[in-house]
Amino acid sequence: MSTILIVVVIVPLLASLTCLMLPRLSDRLSLGTGLVQLITGGLLIQSLASGISHFHELGGWSPGLGIALRADALAGALVLLCAIVSLAATVYARRYFTCVETRYRFWPLWWLLSTAIYALLLSADLFNLYVTLELLGLSAAALCTIGAAKTEALRSALRYLMLGLVGSLLFLAGVSMVYAEYGTLSLMALAGQIAQTPATLVALLLLSSGLLVKCALVPLHFWLPAAHGSAPAPVSAVLSALVVKVAFYLLLRLWFELFSPVMTSLFATLIGGLGAIAVIWGSLRALTAARLKLLAAYSTLSQMGYLFVFIPVLAALPDEETRQLGFGALVLFALSHGIAKAALFLGIGVIQLQVGHDRIDQLAGSAQRFPIAFFAIGLAGVALVGLPPSGAFLAKWSLISNSLLTGQWWWMVVTLTGTLLAAAYFIRVLGAGFVTLGPEAPVKGVGVSLQAPALVLACLATFGLGLGAASLWDVLAMGSAGGQL
Amino acid sequence: MSMGELLPLMILCSSLIPGLIIFALSEEQHRLRSGLNMVGAVAKLLLVAGLIWGVYQEQVFEARWTLAPGLDFVLHVDALSVLFVSLSTLLWLVTTVYAIGYLEDSPDRSRFFGFFSLCVTATVGLAMAGNLFTFVVFYEALTLATYPLVAHKGTPEAVRGARIYLGYTLAGGLLLLIGAVWLRTLAGPLEFSEGGILGDIPGLDPDNLRWIFLLLMAGLGVKAALFPLHGWLPRAMVAPAPVSALLHAVAVVKAGAFGIVRVVYDVYGVEFSAHLGVLVPLGMLAAFTIVYGSVRALSQDHLKKRLAYSTVSQVSYIALGASILGPLATIGGVVHLVHQGIMKITLFFAAGNYAETLGVHRVSEMDGIGRRMPATTLAFTVAALGMIGLPPVAGFISKWYLGLGALEASQGIWVIPVLVASSLLNAAYFLPILYRAWFMPQRDWPRQMHIGYRGETLPSLQWPPVITATLALLVGGLAAAPFSPLEWVELIALREYRL
Repeated sequence: MSTILIVVVIVPLLASLTCLMLPRLSDRLSLGTGLVQLITGGLLIQSLASGISHFHELGGWSPGLGIALRADALAGALVLLCAIVSLAATVYARRYFTCVETRYRFWPLWWLLSTAIYALLLSADLFNLYVTLELLGLSAAALCTIGAAKTEALRSALRYLMLGLVGSLLFLAGVSMVYAEYGTLSLMALAGQIAQTPATLVALLLLSSGLLVKCALVPLHFWLPAAHGSAPAPVSAVLSALVVKVAFYLLLRLWFELFSPVMTSLFATLIGGLGAIAVIWGSLRALTAARLKLLAAYSTLSQMGYLFVFIPVLAALPDEETRQLGFGALVLFALSHGIAKAALFLGIGVIQLQVGHDRIDQLAGSAQRFPIAFFAIGLAGVALVGLPPSGAFLAKWSLISNSLLTGQWWWMVVTLTGTLLAAAYFIRVLGAGFVTLGPEAPVKGVGVSLQAPALVLACLATFGLGLGAASLWDVLAMGSAGGQL
Repeated sequence: MSMGELLPLMILCSSLIPGLIIFALSEEQHRLRSGLNMVGAVAKLLLVAGLIWGVYQEQVFEARWTLAPGLDFVLHVDALSVLFVSLSTLLWLVTTVYAIGYLEDSPDRSRFFGFFSLCVTATVGLAMAGNLFTFVVFYEALTLATYPLVAHKGTPEAVRGARIYLGYTLAGGLLLLIGAVWLRTLAGPLEFSEGGILGDIPGLDPDNLRWIFLLLMAGLGVKAALFPLHGWLPRAMVAPAPVSALLHAVAVVKAGAFGIVRVVYDVYGVEFSAHLGVLVPLGMLAAFTIVYGSVRALSQDHLKKRLAYSTVSQVSYIALGASILGPLATIGGVVHLVHQGIMKITLFFAAGNYAETLGVHRVSEMDGIGRRMPATTLAFTVAALGMIGLPPVAGFISKWYLGLGALEASQGIWVIPVLVASSLLNAAYFLPILYRAWFMPQRDWPRQMHIGYRGETLPSLQWPPVITATLALLVGGLAAAPFSPLEWVELIALREYRL
């Protein structure tokens, strides 16, 4: 049964190689790969929900030597998220990159990035995690340069690459500290052993700061807006929706699974405080951003902040059961943001492609000219602000409720302030787009196939995740039967 | 699935599904669009008739869906829901007819009617919400569905009005959310129940409950346009006339007022609220808003703005009724939910007719309009007299019961003067309009709509106000008949006071 883990990782890798060697096939092949990934992701989550745990050692090598893959409910949920977002972005990219040459260069890197994401989600030891992090950073930075004519875009891609390298090096340093202290890198072997020694603390700090660079938590956020705001739309979508999210996934693994004996409430509060600053600062910058993509990028900054605000609230919850429920809300928030933010970037891309720019003060007429894309942007806004019936609304309800239960009302204040600011920057976009052009202005239509992926994702975030959220808790409850989390 | 589960869902879907299909239609398919709208509206009306019968027979209608551990999405129909559901359904049907005529040949109709249907879905959902969580969900959904309607014209002024509207209502929504979450952490799932639930839960800190009450009222007060949270309402007047009509009579403003009734009666319980001492401040604020709105209405020359301030004043009757302990006041407040809706929608239909047919937007332009458009002006007159409170129009019944209720609760000393002052002020801002319309010599109209035959305006514009004005006369004149709103509200009051 656990061969499914290999399929998840191998299929995009093979797709990447094939696209490189047989570029003529790549358009059709990519669509197929996206579909296969979606089906595999669905099967994986289904088997996890029925209580099967997945662990696989490649080639039968014992852990410590070979490559081990494993999946629990958390990893399964994120695999499915990645499959959904990358399928939508793949369909979109086929229409977005009108130049064939650009597409031929795009697909191999695209599937390499996918491989890195899936491998990271499923890896079961720290060194492999480091390798996948490097692969992720390299392929993501390379994708940022696709079709870029401006030096500005190249410069921000280069900066993104450098920062990614710094992050992975910090992580590598942390990994070597762990190896020196405990003599193993397997997550499972380490889980029971971690003790509160000075070396462990240093290792934790190194690992965390490496990943925090990649998550763009304030004050390590400065590279994100330029990189996410200048990449091509499908790449921005995946960067904002998935790449920062998988780094956060690793942090969750480290903090709640591996290093839970070392985690103090002071550390959690510190992280939450940085998250709170990110929520407010990111929203304020989004409010004043001149371009739509920059607005979306700053919004990512602020939405990632919420994920960190969850940490101190969860840490303070008294019993295992409520913490389990609160953790579900955290995962739901991450999924909701991933899907909605991808929808937002894909929707913005439609407008940018047709109008030639994405300046917010020149959006007049968009609601009439691109009704589907604009509707998708509006719906994505509903999910990003956290209004009902989106998944983010349920997650925020749980966050507010838990912060009141644990007597930490200030996290509620942060959440609500961030929500109001988010509403404000979306009202700005909607207002600009709803202004009609004069009657003499031409109204031209845009193909449905370019607009549909954004709409499907936006509906999924706003209605699908909201109304179907209960099953997520069921899966998480089943999947963590192994005792972790 | 049993009928009790299915019927509430079908009532929601009867406007949701046509709305979603309409989004996908192109501008040219106006026959199909109008057809879908009408089929949905009529189907909803038939379903609601079934619902009324069922609730009268004490059948249970409940659909439940778990969204997250401890958070259930509940549709539960009780007598109060039925009142609001029927009102929305009936007025939606009339307004749809009106809107089809009003928007003939204007752009973006698919978007308009799509959101129009979503707006009604949210209103009906809010009426059938079975717990505070579900109520909050629909309350926010209503905010979102109305925004594109207010901004519909796409002029900078419309977009600004819509932005102010959204700013106010989203902020109010957040206050409501805090209150709801806080109360949920203290008191459990908050399922609405006649007679209230908090009074039966031991160990609740009364101070916390008072703060939560304040938060909930502030959140609901934004939509109900309680002073000082009413600022968005006059500015949202830039919306097309059918939207204003629906906003004022059924959807947004009423959602706030309905929420206040729900929280006071079915969450806190009116006796427990009185015990906490939160009703008197609410009543004072409502009384102040009644007088304030009327005073502001006096000085408005723009007809729709005058009507808007009149709404600010009239909707607070409902809050006033909720804040006086005793079944008679309850009857007066809750029945005004229906009466104000029918009368106010008539006034807005008429205002829309003047603007569309003759380009008349201001009171000072209305000289002699009664002779040019007699049917519309007659409807306007009936509704205006009802607002003042003259029998036998519906508005009289509400005021009568409010006055009686205040005497019963021995609060007549301040409520009766407010009612009298409000009636006088209403007369002061409505009677001059009627005088101009009927008795002043006709002037040139700003523009003339081309109708193509002899008649005062298009039939789909002319009939809706006539129908709703007749309705206002009927519910007032036949208030004692079985299944009249008054009879139904008496049933609600009996159940709320567990008599």
